[in-house]
Amino acid sequence: MARKSSRDRLSNEINAGSMADIAFLLLIFFLVTTTIDVDKGVLVRLPPWSEDDPETEKLNKRNVYSVLVNANNELLVRGEPADIKQLRENAKEFIANPNNREDMAESPQKAIISLRNDRGTEYGTYLEVYNELKAAYTELRNAESQRRFQKDFAFLSRDNRKQIIQAIPLILSEAEPTDFGEEK
Amino acid sequence: MSKFQKKRGKATPAISTASLPDIIFMLLFFFMVVTVLRDSTLKVDVNVPQATELTKLEKKSLVNYIYIGKPVEKYQATYGTKPRIQLDDKFADLADIPLFLEKHRSTIAESQQTSINSSLRVDGKVTMGIVTDVKTQLRKSNQLKVNYSAKPRQE
Repeated sequence: MARKSSRDRLSNEINAGSMADIAFLLLIFFLVTTTIDVDKGVLVRLPPWSEDDPETEKLNKRNVYSVLVNANNELLVRGEPADIKQLRENAKEFIANPNNREDMAESPQKAIISLRNDRGTEYGTYLEVYNELKAAYTELRNAESQRRFQKDFAFLSRDNRKQIIQAIPLILSEAEPTDFGEEK
Repeated sequence: MSKFQKKRGKATPAISTASLPDIIFMLLFFFMVVTVLRDSTLKVDVNVPQATELTKLEKKSLVNYIYIGKPVEKYQATYGTKPRIQLDDKFADLADIPLFLEKHRSTIAESQQTSINSSLRVDGKVTMGIVTDVKTQLRKSNQLKVNYSAKPRQE
């Protein structure tokens, strides 16, 4: 008789009250262990590789904005030592050439940025320089699209964006790095 | 009138919590699906530099990750303190890069192969020599879209 009563108890419902706690525990575990990793960075398109030496093209000196970075992370812009803080404004002035100076780019389409670094240059400095140059172009493009379409470059339609890119193309050539500095 | 008053007399029943686990499970599954577990453990120290001109990498399956930095302390006895390359979970040499890229490329549909990106996660203190060598390898493998991983700069 005692057995029968215990069988009766088995048919009782399982208490599901702690289910929520278990689920919460799992939830918190996943919240803590997972990282929503937003991967951001400076997007660059490398030139295709070719075995032959690149064609040398005679360029008008006034159209070339050369930036050299040495192994001590110092900048030489168009033959003169420069500070990275002024690089953006300096590059903008060179590309747009608002005062039509003789020694700056004829037009934004003809401006060429030439970037050269040393094998001993710190990557952080290199990226900072690259970032400043890219930022100069972004600001110029934004100004141009504000003037033409009263909108920022990022919000333009595809066709309008093409027009702006044609007006202000980003031409950045990277030369083979020099090999003077010590690699760490 | 008496019909309405009848209800007030009844005791309010306890709110059923039976569906609470289901709600929590739903949340749990949501988080399990949207979050990505960190796929490779870092064997090199990577502290990416800061920048302002950032682009987001959209599709994670279309991205190669290449890490460059000094080996972490645990591995410095065997690998030294010179910057090294890490692909997937292993230390690698320059010569391993083409195969690594090809392996990744073969897992992706042909129509999408042109939009493969390489994310270079390089420590800010690393010198450009090794980075240039990696870039040359990428160019040789015709993998031209590169994203220099960086943190947004706090002004």
